[in-house]
Amino acid sequence: MENEAGALSRVAGLFSARGYNIESLTVAPTEDATLSRMTIVTRGSDDVIEQITKQLNKLIDVVKVVDLSEAGHIERELMLVKVRAEGELREEMKRMSDIFRGRIVDVTDKTYTIELTGAGYKLDAFLEALDKDAILETVRSGASGIGRGDRMLKV
Amino acid sequence: MELTGAEIVVRCLAEEGTEFVFGYPGGAVLNIYDEVFKQNKFKHVLVRHEQAAVHAADGYARATGRTGVALVTSGPGATNAVTGIATAYMDSIPLVVISGQVPTAAIGMDAFQEVDMVGITRPCVKHNFLVKDVRDLAETIKKAFYLASTGRPGPVVVDIPKDVTQHKTEFTYPKKVTMRSYNPVIKGHPGQIKRAVQMILDAKRPMLYTGGGVVLSNAAEELTQLTRQLGFPITSTLMGLGGYPASDPLFTGMLGMHGTYEANMAMQHCDVLIAIGARFDDRVIGNPEHFFQDGRRIIHIDIDPTSIAKRVKVDVPIVGNVKDVLAEMNKLIQVSKEKPDQAALKTWWTQIELWRSQDCMKYDRDSSLIKPQYVIEKLHQVTRGDAYVTSDVGQHQMWAAQYYKFDQPRRWINSGGLGTMGFGLPAAMGVQFAHPEAMVACVTGEGSIQMNIQELSTCKQFNLPLKIILLNNRYLGMVRQWQEFFYGNRYAESYMDALPDFAKLAESYGHVGMKIEKPEDVEGALKEAFDMKDRLVFMNFITDQKENVFPMIPAGKGLSEMILV
Ligand SMILES: Cc1cc2nc3c(=O)[nH]c(=O)nc-3n(C[C@H](O)[C@H](O)[C@H](O)COP(=O)(O)OP(=O)(O)OC[C@H]3O[C@@H](n4cnc5c(N)ncnc54)[C@H](O)[C@@H]3O)c2cc1C
Ligand SMILES: Cc1ncc(C[n+]2csc(CCOP(=O)(O)OP(=O)(O)O)c2C)c(N)n1
Ligand SMILES: [Mg+2]
Repeated sequence: MENEAGALSRVAGLFSARGYNIESLTVAPTEDATLSRMTIVTRGSDDVIEQITKQLNKLIDVVKVVDLSEAGHIERELMLVKVRAEGELREEMKRMSDIFRGRIVDVTDKTYTIELTGAGYKLDAFLEALDKDAILETVRSGASGIGRGDRMLKV
Repeated sequence: MELTGAEIVVRCLAEEGTEFVFGYPGGAVLNIYDEVFKQNKFKHVLVRHEQAAVHAADGYARATGRTGVALVTSGPGATNAVTGIATAYMDSIPLVVISGQVPTAAIGMDAFQEVDMVGITRPCVKHNFLVKDVRDLAETIKKAFYLASTGRPGPVVVDIPKDVTQHKTEFTYPKKVTMRSYNPVIKGHPGQIKRAVQMILDAKRPMLYTGGGVVLSNAAEELTQLTRQLGFPITSTLMGLGGYPASDPLFTGMLGMHGTYEANMAMQHCDVLIAIGARFDDRVIGNPEHFFQDGRRIIHIDIDPTSIAKRVKVDVPIVGNVKDVLAEMNKLIQVSKEKPDQAALKTWWTQIELWRSQDCMKYDRDSSLIKPQYVIEKLHQVTRGDAYVTSDVGQHQMWAAQYYKFDQPRRWINSGGLGTMGFGLPAAMGVQFAHPEAMVACVTGEGSIQMNIQELSTCKQFNLPLKIILLNNRYLGMVRQWQEFFYGNRYAESYMDALPDFAKLAESYGHVGMKIEKPEDVEGALKEAFDMKDRLVFMNFITDQKENVFPMIPAGKGLSEMILV
């Protein structure tokens, strides 16, 4: 969409006004500074998704809409998790991070902060696998997506 | 040469061929007003409330097809305009509304008369702009007019901070704008049009269902040609009235909640439905589940893809401008060797005539009280069906729609989507400005008229010879009707007490007032009023208090579950 002040609020306003749910929304400028690219994760029947697509296209600031889930695509989300890392937990957390291909990006004598990237379900799985009491804080970026192979969203 | 932002605004409006700006001044737009004062390219109309400015611009737009323009100040001026903007949005009316804003440096500081106009209007505009740099001003105004008038029309707000109206820049008005993110489809997909024509020619029980899109795209001629060459029955929504001549036998009347028995039954029982610039509103198809009990194939022509398959599944969607698509269809039908199945059509028409013979629009013609339907019939007769009729919202609106047989488009001007009481009088002003010689009648209720009655003063200032037809039932009649039917006759707050003497009130504004209490006086009074060509006449018809609008489909019921008289 056009990289204009207020464009984001038009999209957010559309979802709330029409009662569509947003599971996540990410947005940032692209290599072309006049454009931003937004990835929205939403859920709905085929009819609802069709309406969402049309309604988004109707927004004047929106240049192009693609439903990535219609074909092969890659979805990635970044998560930072702060966990307790004392005593035997310290080794355990390191091991879990390795299994999920996470990286420990901050260390204190009581905590680790683990960075994990992947599809949303993988991040969910990681949190599931951890001892609940060990999780001190999490932050997730929301998903970004891109089509596989030759499939391109370019203006 | 360098011009100030205020000069640029005025020059842009002139470049767009603006004839009238409806507005109200205030601090944030004083620079603009100073330039309005110095120019003579367009006329400024000072209203008495900003809501009326927007409705007047809207009435002007509906009557002409051109873009209406309103100018309001920041804060309360802007919020007063919002109802008008939402009204235009719901009915897809092209407007450009210019609002003043506090200086850029004061934005966000809770400054005097600051409101976030772009935020407030976001859900009820086609698009809006906050102009932060005078160098963007001319192009933004160009875009505003372009967006408002193309594709599915709608209101566009341009919010201009006061300092931007003072800053100077070189002025050039762009001849053309293109926006990579906005490319409305005009021509329909040829393959889809072919499929639609085939389906039309194969139909046994066809029905044409037309709406506001026909009027908005100026397609009355193409629609008439299509309907006549096919000999198909046709109905219209409240918003499409006049798109096809109501006096023609192929016309089955309006459909929907207060539509005719024959139109609703045909809509329910047809086998091919051709929807043209109509959006399957809930007041039109009633309960969707009931609607789907009878299967039918649907062709849907609309310029806005979101209107298609929103409320009903469609077999042949055609995105495009009604006028272009119908012209294309007419061509294909003309050259086609196939013709509609005449025998099937005849059987279908026999059925429709049977429904029509119910005479669902009958009412008691022998009453000693003035029947509102009678007033509208006489209005039609006295004006020879040639008036522009605006209305407010309520029972009177439905009677005007049902009994004034509109034969031409852009003659019936009302708020359908938002249903805004207070629309009628200011809209009529806009119509009269557009057509100074035409007969303009405003059909209203004693509840509605009081929502913008202050505009009688504007009418005096500009000598607008409107004819106000007040169907005075001393009730918020439409509310009372629902209370009678669905709330055990408990008339909670729907009685209109302490009404003014409307004739005297009109006189105090410098107009002519009349009070009509007997059926036998109705026609004479109307003649007398319309003979006063240069005066506004306020006609207070004291009507039967308990009259109801029939037929009626109760909310949640299906098209064939109408309550008849
Ligand atoms: C008290 C009250 C009672 C009412 N009762 C009824 C009733 O009994 N029956 C009834 O019909 N309505 C009734 N209404 C009105 C109702 O609420 C809707 O406003 C109306 O039905 C919508 O009309 P429409 O479908 O023609 O759509 P509109 O709102 O006129 O929309 C026009 C459609 O055409 C499309 N369009 C616009 N321009 C073009 C173009 N150039 N080319 C192609 N498509 C275009 C638009 O995208 C849109 O989908 C009532 C309203 C009130 C206030
Ligand atoms: C601004 C606004 N407020 C409330 C309503 C709800 N409403 C719809 S019709 C109606 C009654 C209108 O009364 P009147 O103008 O006397 O017309 P009547 O129905 O009696 O002909 C009301 C209150 C509305 N449509 N608009
Ligand atoms: Mg009333």
